[in-house]
Amino acid sequence: MSADLHDVPGLGTPADTEWETVVGLEVHAELATATKLFSASPNRFGGDPNTHIDPVSLGLPGSLPVINEEAVNLAIRVGLALNCQVQTSVFARKHYFYPDMPKNFQISQYDHPINVDGWLELPSGKRIGIERAHLEEDTGKTAHVGGGGRIHEAGYSLVDYNRAGVPLIEIVGGPDLRSAEEARQYVTELRAILVAVGASDGKMEEGSLRVDCNVSVRPEGTNRLGTRCEIKNVNSLRSMGRAIDYEARRQIDLLTSGQLVEQQTRHWNEDEGRTHALRSKEEDYDYRYFPEPDLLPLVISDHKVAQIQNELPPLPQDLRRNLAKAAPSVDADLIGLIVERGLYDLALAAFDQTSGNLRAIKRLRNHFAHDLAGGHGSLLAKALIDLVNMEEAGDLTATQAKKVLAVLVESGGSPQDAAQELGFEAMDTGELESLVDSLIAEHAEEWSRFCDGDGKLTGFFVGQVMRATQGRADGKVVTQLLNSRRG
Amino acid sequence: MGQQRITRAECVHVAALARLELTDEELDRFTGQLDELLDHVAEVEALDLEALAPTMHPLLFPNPLRPDTPGEVLNRDEVLDQAPYVEDGQFRVPPVLGEAP
Amino acid sequence: MTALEIATAVRSGKRSARSVVDEYLGAIAEGDDDIHAFNMVTAAEARTRADEIDGAVAAGQDPGPLAGVPVALKDNLCTRGVATTCSSRILEGWEPPYDAHVVEQLHNAGAVVVGKTNMDEFAMGSSTENSAFGPTRNPCDLSRVPGGSSGGSAAAVAAGFAPVALGSDTGGSIRQPAALCGVVGVKPTYGRVSRYGLVAFASSLDQIGPIATTVADAATVLDVIGFTDPRDQTNRLPDPKQVSDTLSDGVNGLRVGVLTELSGNGIAPDVAARLQVAVGALESAGADVAKVSVPSAIYGLSAYYVIAPAEASSNLARFDGVRYGLRVDGSSTSDMNTATRSVGFGDEVKRRIMIGTYALSAGYYDAYYGKAQKVRTLIINDFNRVWYGDKFDLLLSPTSPTTAFSLGARTADPMSMYMSDVCTVPVNLTGQAAMSVPYGVGDDGLPVGVQVMAPVQGEPVMFRAAKVLEDSL
Ligand SMILES: [Mg+2]
Ligand SMILES: [Zn+2]
Repeated sequence: MSADLHDVPGLGTPADTEWETVVGLEVHAELATATKLFSASPNRFGGDPNTHIDPVSLGLPGSLPVINEEAVNLAIRVGLALNCQVQTSVFARKHYFYPDMPKNFQISQYDHPINVDGWLELPSGKRIGIERAHLEEDTGKTAHVGGGGRIHEAGYSLVDYNRAGVPLIEIVGGPDLRSAEEARQYVTELRAILVAVGASDGKMEEGSLRVDCNVSVRPEGTNRLGTRCEIKNVNSLRSMGRAIDYEARRQIDLLTSGQLVEQQTRHWNEDEGRTHALRSKEEDYDYRYFPEPDLLPLVISDHKVAQIQNELPPLPQDLRRNLAKAAPSVDADLIGLIVERGLYDLALAAFDQTSGNLRAIKRLRNHFAHDLAGGHGSLLAKALIDLVNMEEAGDLTATQAKKVLAVLVESGGSPQDAAQELGFEAMDTGELESLVDSLIAEHAEEWSRFCDGDGKLTGFFVGQVMRATQGRADGKVVTQLLNSRRG
Repeated sequence: MGQQRITRAECVHVAALARLELTDEELDRFTGQLDELLDHVAEVEALDLEALAPTMHPLLFPNPLRPDTPGEVLNRDEVLDQAPYVEDGQFRVPPVLGEAP
Repeated sequence: MTALEIATAVRSGKRSARSVVDEYLGAIAEGDDDIHAFNMVTAAEARTRADEIDGAVAAGQDPGPLAGVPVALKDNLCTRGVATTCSSRILEGWEPPYDAHVVEQLHNAGAVVVGKTNMDEFAMGSSTENSAFGPTRNPCDLSRVPGGSSGGSAAAVAAGFAPVALGSDTGGSIRQPAALCGVVGVKPTYGRVSRYGLVAFASSLDQIGPIATTVADAATVLDVIGFTDPRDQTNRLPDPKQVSDTLSDGVNGLRVGVLTELSGNGIAPDVAARLQVAVGALESAGADVAKVSVPSAIYGLSAYYVIAPAEASSNLARFDGVRYGLRVDGSSTSDMNTATRSVGFGDEVKRRIMIGTYALSAGYYDAYYGKAQKVRTLIINDFNRVWYGDKFDLLLSPTSPTTAFSLGARTADPMSMYMSDVCTVPVNLTGQAAMSVPYGVGDDGLPVGVQVMAPVQGEPVMFRAAKVLEDSL
């Protein structure tokens, strides 16, 4: 063992040591431009293979890159939204051979990235450092054929260059995250910022947002960073959380059993729920970076930076602050969710125009809580407000309101029309009373138990009414009727 | 000639980086020739370059950017017609042994 | 006939483009077996094109300043649907799906491409012996090399196979073969001519330029191809001046320097003697000629042979057997890449890829590439002192230290071949303009070229001096 091993944070610590997980994320986001970073073929998801290609994105001999102005503008927007310094940047070539990379080098930025030294504020108020956010081109896609699509068992591979040259911003965060949950919050917030400034659609499932995780561990209370591993291939927020937890556990187990963590790049296997080593630091590729001779330094005027700063839309943290001020009764988590799901405008309008009724916000939360896509579909603020008012007036039951909202999100329109379409006219009170009476007669035994005070039977009778009315009845009204019949 | 500036082993490593497979004869010859060239290049060590910035481009121009307007795409058939091996509108290659670094 | 004479005759209807093209195709058919200037002669396309031009003239249209002029293109310029090989096995048979900018410009000016010319593989060499398809021979003496790497283009013009040709110049690859074949060759200011569609050797050094029998023809071609092109981000010279208009303005009152470091040591006496005659001619025409020292110029070669291979190793990484050109199969993509490149690239290309990869690799970047780029700064500073401090308008040197050497004389010793570029590489590093003007013959009766160097965008003045030299013979 070498002499400085006693310096390794956590090596051979007692079993009862409290551990801290340290995470830094590298996020690649595809920029929402019309064309590629260095050429005019379309930046569009999908399409027949090899149809969005031109001499530049295919790296044909004799082709030359020309920088897309919109990609630069979007990168600056992201940088400013992340509180970065925007500076003169230099494109560089990063070399490695891989069939989906047409030139066998990637044009990226190396020692002079366009954005440096920023930070991102989590909903909790904690600031996460942003080391850099630079521009680079995407690669094509390699599909492995045979062997169930697994890389090591494939018979051959097919390459599609539609994605080659799509502009990416690579956002390198500092090692400031302390848990899988915090990492989730960071990516969620970052995605919200990217969407808010119009830089990216943020779709992880389509690969427009991709995350690599640098994970290390150390005993709580120590300051030095442990040896980190970089985890690749996390394709959702869920798998990112699992991968970080798994990797932290693996490293803690190594250290507590007196072994060292080796600096490695590791691959997350979603099916097996574990990471495995791809390569060690010693095997690290020699990328032979050098300044791209086909492109001049990218100089950005102070004027342009100021202009983009002025045009920057409100960011999620601003929206959260506004909403908290307008609706002090709504808790922070709910506000966070509303902003995260892109429902801010709706919620604020509904909250304002229903004199602070929380129902609108709760409806939104219930409907959108699990919708990862974000946005509010076809739902308009006016329709939401009308819906809340109808529910408040007893024209719609809670169950009905939920169904109407789903229709409004799906296809728009007014809640009145949607309710009618669904057959949710408010029930005539007389009709409801006679229905309740006939149910009491039909279920004499249950009724007497209810009258004896068996509260569980409230649900039974309400359920019977709902079934008979196909959900049109208002549960609260039915309960009142039952209680008044009991006397 | 002074000390050896590049060894045969380094040449083997460099050839691998560049995806070249050299015969023993080529390796011997290239090692000698590269060493001779590097020895010549070492004449610049006599210069005082400390205060100088490197020149990446011979000339620096104003840097107009490209408007984000879609242009022509290549005809896929014309492109694939030039490829050594094609399947399903894509470029076919032997198995790729590892993931991109 | 010169290109200008042909264009004048065709535009006025005195001669048909078709008869001109047939005449040149006939010369190629008769003479190119000995010289091997061409990798491919595009006879059918050329005749079709000539007929189009004749049709346009008959319809009262002006096909442009190069109407009906046969042009030979170096085989590293992309031509849509016509094989572009860079004289390499790895690109044999590749038909680009697009035309180079210069090819479009020539077409728009009425020129007729008659073929693609032989070259050192990927423009790496100074003798056109590094071609996968065999060497080109010097039309002045078939036992000699034509120089390189644009040896095919220079030989084609010298042999009368085309009145003008295009080459590319990364370290002297237009000027040196022009000198050795006795024709005019121009390396324009970096950024004057779009590189779009030029298969890159070293991106920060490459420029496309004309080769012609007369200075006026070279000027006309440069004026046709030297337009700003938005597809090349390094092609942004502000307001490049046409050179044809002022061609005959003379050199009276110009300050011309003889670059001492490139004119004494290592220059063959007969070549140096011709330079002295040229100095006399410029003086008689009213120029003020003095000796000038650019001390760092001699370090150009050392910087060049790091920078050019480094950029080349990167530019040539794309030749991997996946998308176009040669594939030699292997059991994995990686093996296939290696097999393809090992079979597809020739000796000199492999050697330069090795140097360049080494110079960029971890631990060596600063010592080689970084240092070479600083030497580049030093050379630029030295030249700028001469141009803007001492107010010189032009500099002179020989283009090549010797006249054409014998085939095989330098192939076994790469260093001796590299030394052929000693006079020409400095301006590629600085981005300045330079051209070679044929100026008589040496003791062996073979052509000698004089190099006229100008500051950035100094082409108009450079061409005026070249014209004075040409007229003084
Ligand atoms: Mg990275
Ligand atoms: Zn990246």
